[in-house]
Amino acid sequence: MNINSWKGTVAVAAILCGVCSVVVSLSAISLRPMQEENKILDVKKNLLLSAGLLKNAKASKEEILKIFENIETKLVDLKTGQFVTDIKPESYDSRAAAKDPKRNIQIPSNLDLGKNKMRAKYGKVYFVKKDGKVTSLVLPVHGKGLWSTLYGFLALDKDTRTVKGFGFYEHAETPGLGGEVDNPNWKAQWIGKIVSDKNFKPFVQVKKNVDPKSEEGKRTVDGISGSTITGRGVQNLLNYWLGNHGYGPFLAQFRKGGA
Amino acid sequence: MSSIKETLFDPVFKNNPIALQILGICSALAVTTKMEAVIVMSLAVIFVMGFSSLIVSLIRNYVPSSIRIIVQMTVIASMVILADQILKAFVYDISKGISVYVGLIITNCIVMGRAEGYAMKNGPFMSVLDGIGNGFGYSLVLIFVGVLREVFGSGKFFGYSVLPLTSEGGWYQGNGLMLLAPSAFFLIGVFIWILRTFKPDQVEKD
Repeated sequence: MNINSWKGTVAVAAILCGVCSVVVSLSAISLRPMQEENKILDVKKNLLLSAGLLKNAKASKEEILKIFENIETKLVDLKTGQFVTDIKPESYDSRAAAKDPKRNIQIPSNLDLGKNKMRAKYGKVYFVKKDGKVTSLVLPVHGKGLWSTLYGFLALDKDTRTVKGFGFYEHAETPGLGGEVDNPNWKAQWIGKIVSDKNFKPFVQVKKNVDPKSEEGKRTVDGISGSTITGRGVQNLLNYWLGNHGYGPFLAQFRKGGA
Repeated sequence: MSSIKETLFDPVFKNNPIALQILGICSALAVTTKMEAVIVMSLAVIFVMGFSSLIVSLIRNYVPSSIRIIVQMTVIASMVILADQILKAFVYDISKGISVYVGLIITNCIVMGRAEGYAMKNGPFMSVLDGIGNGFGYSLVLIFVGVLREVFGSGKFFGYSVLPLTSEGGWYQGNGLMLLAPSAFFLIGVFIWILRTFKPDQVEKD
């Protein structure tokens, strides 16, 4: 058969498409389990790094999983603060849920400090345990900076007011300016800060020139020069997620010992 | 028929795809802020170029001339997807950052250019060498740009601190421009300048 004829051309095209699609789909299917595992591991690693439970960014899989043995993941209905038991927390994807009209909630604009517009109805909470007792909580937080949405984890002491670790794992702020939110020195400042007042109303702030020893200094993290808007974004998103429309109701439950 | 050595190493200096043919600039700008990404991207390009040249060359006598470009494209695209899937499964951390650009190897003119320009006319063995050689040529420029950008931009080499940054308690003030894409233009320009100083025959005639 002449391959340059009409029939030959169609035949060659069909065979090629068939072979290529088999190759592509075989590779996709056979490698999927490993890719899924990597994705889950990546989230876990980010959580540990942000929350300050892991120092080495190149930690092996075994190390990560070992630390994670002491962490329990639960899903919380943010509105009521109660646990959700009919969905497995591991399989819940808050980012996908925030985009799904059936599973998200519109954030009223006067409360929308993090400028997220929508959020998932449920949120994940990670309980870090030692000898069976909860020592700290890790909450996923996100909100707008200057260019991008910043995604991070905040680790709180069991009193729900003291920061144990805070950091972002994904953002696209300007390197050297807003991108300095990743700076280890800046992140270290967060540890020990008080995020909410005696009535548990969040009041954390990112501000320049506040004496760290003063009363105001206990709730203030020094702003990064050249990243006013990113800093303000960080302050606002934390106050949102710690507030009544965010994890506030859950934190109240937790303090009562209901969790 | 040129020799094996020439086919493999000519594209590195004599006929470098980026420096002389000015192909594949896009990904050279995007992935060169970190050496890790550079190495992975280089390997991915060498893999794709080698295999797509091999396959195109093997089937070259059965490809109807009216659809040959589409056939090459399909082969290249399949190889790129394969490379991307493998990266996602084995080096997830790095792949997360460069996955988009790995996908863009499909549109990297180097691969397409070699498939159409060489593999369609030559035997499989020489085509593989040509593909790998061009992959090396591309990698060389990427490494040159990547080393300078990572060292002077973030004071690191393969993620290890070589010039301690002031922001982390050292003495070196990172050069922010190096972290942004335009710096790669300057560096590739410098690379071409150096190359053409030593190989004046590459200078274009007015």
